[in-house]
Amino acid sequence: MNPTPDISHENNIEFLATPPKNRTRLKGDEDPKQRSESDTPGGKQVDNEAGKRAGETPGSLPRGRGQMPKYVSTTNACKLCKPLGACLAFRGIEGTVPYLHGSQGCATYMRRYIISHFNEPIDIASSSLGEKNAIYGGGANLKQGLKNVSDKYHPQLVGIATTCLTETIGDDLKMIIFEYKKEVPTDQPLPTLITVSTPSYAGTHMEGFHAAILSVLSSLCEKTPAHDRINILPGFLSPADLRLLKEIMTAFALPATILPDISDTLDGPALDEYQMIPAGGTPLAEIRKMGGARATIEFGSTLDQKSGGKYLEQTFEVANHRLTMPIGIKATDRFFELLENLSGENTPARYLGARGRLIDGLVDGHKYVFGKRAVLYGEEDLVVALAGFLAEIGVQPVLCASGGKSGKFQATVAAVTDGLCEDAPETYEDCDFHEIAERAEALAPDLIIGHSKGYQLARKLAIPLIRVGFPIHDRIGGQRILHIGYEGAQQLFDQIANAMIQVKQDRSPVGYSYM
Amino acid sequence: MTTRIYQERQGQIHRKGKKPFALECDKESLAGAVSQRACVFCGSRVVLYPIADAVHLVHGPIGCAVYTWDIRGALSSGPELHRLSFSTDLQEKDVIFGGEKKLHAALIELIDRYQPKAAFVYSTCIVGIIGDDLEAVCKTVAAETGIPVLPVQSEGFKGNKRAGYEAACNAMFRLVGTGDISNISRHSINILGDFNLAGEIWLIREYFNRMGVEVVANITGDGRVDDIKRCHGAALNVVQCSGATMTLANLIKEKYGTPVIRVSYFGIEDMAESLYAVANHFKDPEMLAKAKEIVRQELEILLPTLKKYRAALTGKKAAIYVGGAFKAFSLVKAFRHLGMQVVMVGSQTGTKEDYQELQEITDEGTIIVDDSNPLELSSFLQEKEVDIFVGGVKERPIAYKLGIAFCDHNHERKEMLAGFTGMMNFAKEVYGSVMSPVWKLVPRKQPQSTQLRASVPACIAGL
Repeated sequence: MNPTPDISHENNIEFLATPPKNRTRLKGDEDPKQRSESDTPGGKQVDNEAGKRAGETPGSLPRGRGQMPKYVSTTNACKLCKPLGACLAFRGIEGTVPYLHGSQGCATYMRRYIISHFNEPIDIASSSLGEKNAIYGGGANLKQGLKNVSDKYHPQLVGIATTCLTETIGDDLKMIIFEYKKEVPTDQPLPTLITVSTPSYAGTHMEGFHAAILSVLSSLCEKTPAHDRINILPGFLSPADLRLLKEIMTAFALPATILPDISDTLDGPALDEYQMIPAGGTPLAEIRKMGGARATIEFGSTLDQKSGGKYLEQTFEVANHRLTMPIGIKATDRFFELLENLSGENTPARYLGARGRLIDGLVDGHKYVFGKRAVLYGEEDLVVALAGFLAEIGVQPVLCASGGKSGKFQATVAAVTDGLCEDAPETYEDCDFHEIAERAEALAPDLIIGHSKGYQLARKLAIPLIRVGFPIHDRIGGQRILHIGYEGAQQLFDQIANAMIQVKQDRSPVGYSYM
Repeated sequence: MTTRIYQERQGQIHRKGKKPFALECDKESLAGAVSQRACVFCGSRVVLYPIADAVHLVHGPIGCAVYTWDIRGALSSGPELHRLSFSTDLQEKDVIFGGEKKLHAALIELIDRYQPKAAFVYSTCIVGIIGDDLEAVCKTVAAETGIPVLPVQSEGFKGNKRAGYEAACNAMFRLVGTGDISNISRHSINILGDFNLAGEIWLIREYFNRMGVEVVANITGDGRVDDIKRCHGAALNVVQCSGATMTLANLIKEKYGTPVIRVSYFGIEDMAESLYAVANHFKDPEMLAKAKEIVRQELEILLPTLKKYRAALTGKKAAIYVGGAFKAFSLVKAFRHLGMQVVMVGSQTGTKEDYQELQEITDEGTIIVDDSNPLELSSFLQEKEVDIFVGGVKERPIAYKLGIAFCDHNHERKEMLAGFTGMMNFAKEVYGSVMSPVWKLVPRKQPQSTQLRASVPACIAGL
């Protein structure tokens, strides 16, 4: 193993010559002009840059860039199905039972998949449709299912997601639910019922996740007198991330409504009673008032125009601030800058301390990671944010891949890594692990960053897999992985640096016990 | 507790006691009840999954394929095609205009890439609705590629897991009878219904080899297409697992007259009985003597070790919830060897006969349940003050959340639980979970007065 980072002198100079505006920017040296262009430091700006870049170089391939093969068949998908995302989002709402209108298998498979990551119970109800229902319609089963869920679980809300089966047979959910509401006797419980269309042939689990959130907002939000709360639409973060997010908002004294909030519902304490619906989640009363909030902060670089944040902006004129997920220094700085603006307060000392320790740690470990080549895959928004983080610590994200296909992935990855990478990362939407493996092998990476499903590739290439995101099926503690904030960056950095040190140590014939 | 049981499901729960035994089963799951069952596709997929030299292509949107990627602990001694997840990943336009062309192209592409011995094509819910002609596409591709391409009619909504087993057996049966059966021994069997989780079928094969029995085909653990093609040449079909491969054994019996015996390789008695049953079938005293010798040798190693576990575990209470009931029979007996009492037992897809047998082998007061759900299971675990729960991934968090030990007996497991070695592993695993000091810390075992006792509202409020 060559201890010297594999990067030419020329490229080093190129790197150092990168304009500072595209390098890690500290709070003090930001460009005020850029700030005034948009009141949303972060994603919006990234989007603009991304749009420009994409417009300038349509389809052009950077130097040395390979071609991703494209197959008709999908082998080892790098995405999950749409209703799963909806179930995860509904699980983050207080008193809610996720419900799938489809055959029994969908609910069971998704429960199994989710349980294997969080190690928490997740009861997803199902219409359990049979053959007759597929022919004559699933209305009767849906009504019976809703009645049974209402009777036993006493939910405040039932989040009903469709499946490919019920979308294709054409069940009219709005009509069925309209009828159901009329049929329920007045002395029987009638929870709030929200539906979302999630055929798995149109989008990944992330589209399902965001569609569920949008559906919740458009169903529940009412015209509300203006109040002091901030809305946060974090996307699919880990419970550990959400706990930190809440802590940060508390530290800024900014009351926040975080939707969804799976920090307790999918990472709860040991109990002596089975909770039919786990405690926690975003309170419905808070969601109803999100239209009166001061602002919305929405994480995600590849979201489309029909996002929850946009909805609140268009319907209730709540200013929407779209940011890249706050992973790494630059993206976290943007988030804190926004919180400073919103609160009128300086960043609390503990976070400045965390930032300082992070920078100090990055300095301590910079040699071990510089020039290392990383393969990244997973949900588009997560990969974009991770790519930005890697680029700013000197790791080259050589391949960024996702099963999603927002159409914005390449441009946003290019924007967050611009000026920090020797070569622009190869970026592919709509790809599977077979394709990722083919390209990865050609790119000779040093490490892989993503969820558990990249393990086979890491094993084949005999390089470390840094586990992030969802699902973590081959380790415990997936729910406790911290990605965001200075603390998250610190943990990720330590893991990456130590993984690189360990590779060198393990491959050494001597095996020093010093670095 | 009874408030957690649906009125409609009362008939699917029985408490062994004075009331005469009656249990409803084989019903469609109750909508809204959060059944632990999966679907037809799942049934087919688990049965065919271990066939390691075939391409398993799931025709449908991505979910069904991605949730079954590398999902079983089924090992192969050679090719590992079964560990890949193939899908046509149908998109909206395919749903509108039909997915046949895409299916055809995907099959050709995968067969070219992997050169498999056969391809299984699984139908999913949506394919049943849009009406793709799987049969026709498979026929065309088989003609073009020269390998068997077998449609599996596994639309998720067309029944439960058992219907999926049947669909899988029907697909496999198309292979049977197409291989050369010369040079097959008179004393030959097929092993049906073992899926080689953690290498179990290798152990079982070795027992049979030591008895002088030739194993023609593993169906389906460490399975091979060519073996299945010639499995009609075996003298006996030895079937484990309640329903998974019984249909295939029956089909072979009908067409080729191959007799069938049912066995189980879990637990001491059942494992020994399986070997004896095969020896007795061949009416060969020498073979029976060898079988007895195997059992004697294995027990010599096993029994002294079990003593230690038994001493620690005696009097503890166990609950069982598994997919098929056959596993439950063996588990009830296995727990007896550990001095433990089974206080609840249930399955997703048991039959009337299965539950009748469970009623006969369990103690008074035992709860017997069909097609249960988290609300019922959690209330039974609490009511019976269970020390360990045996089940699969979906049952595990119910036990753990309540501070109860757990043993994974599902198809994802990585520990061998079959055979005499498996009994040892089972005892070890039960001991390792039940005896962990961690249960002293859980709220269930904490004295009420302790300040730090985790009460839900306090915990959440404190965050």
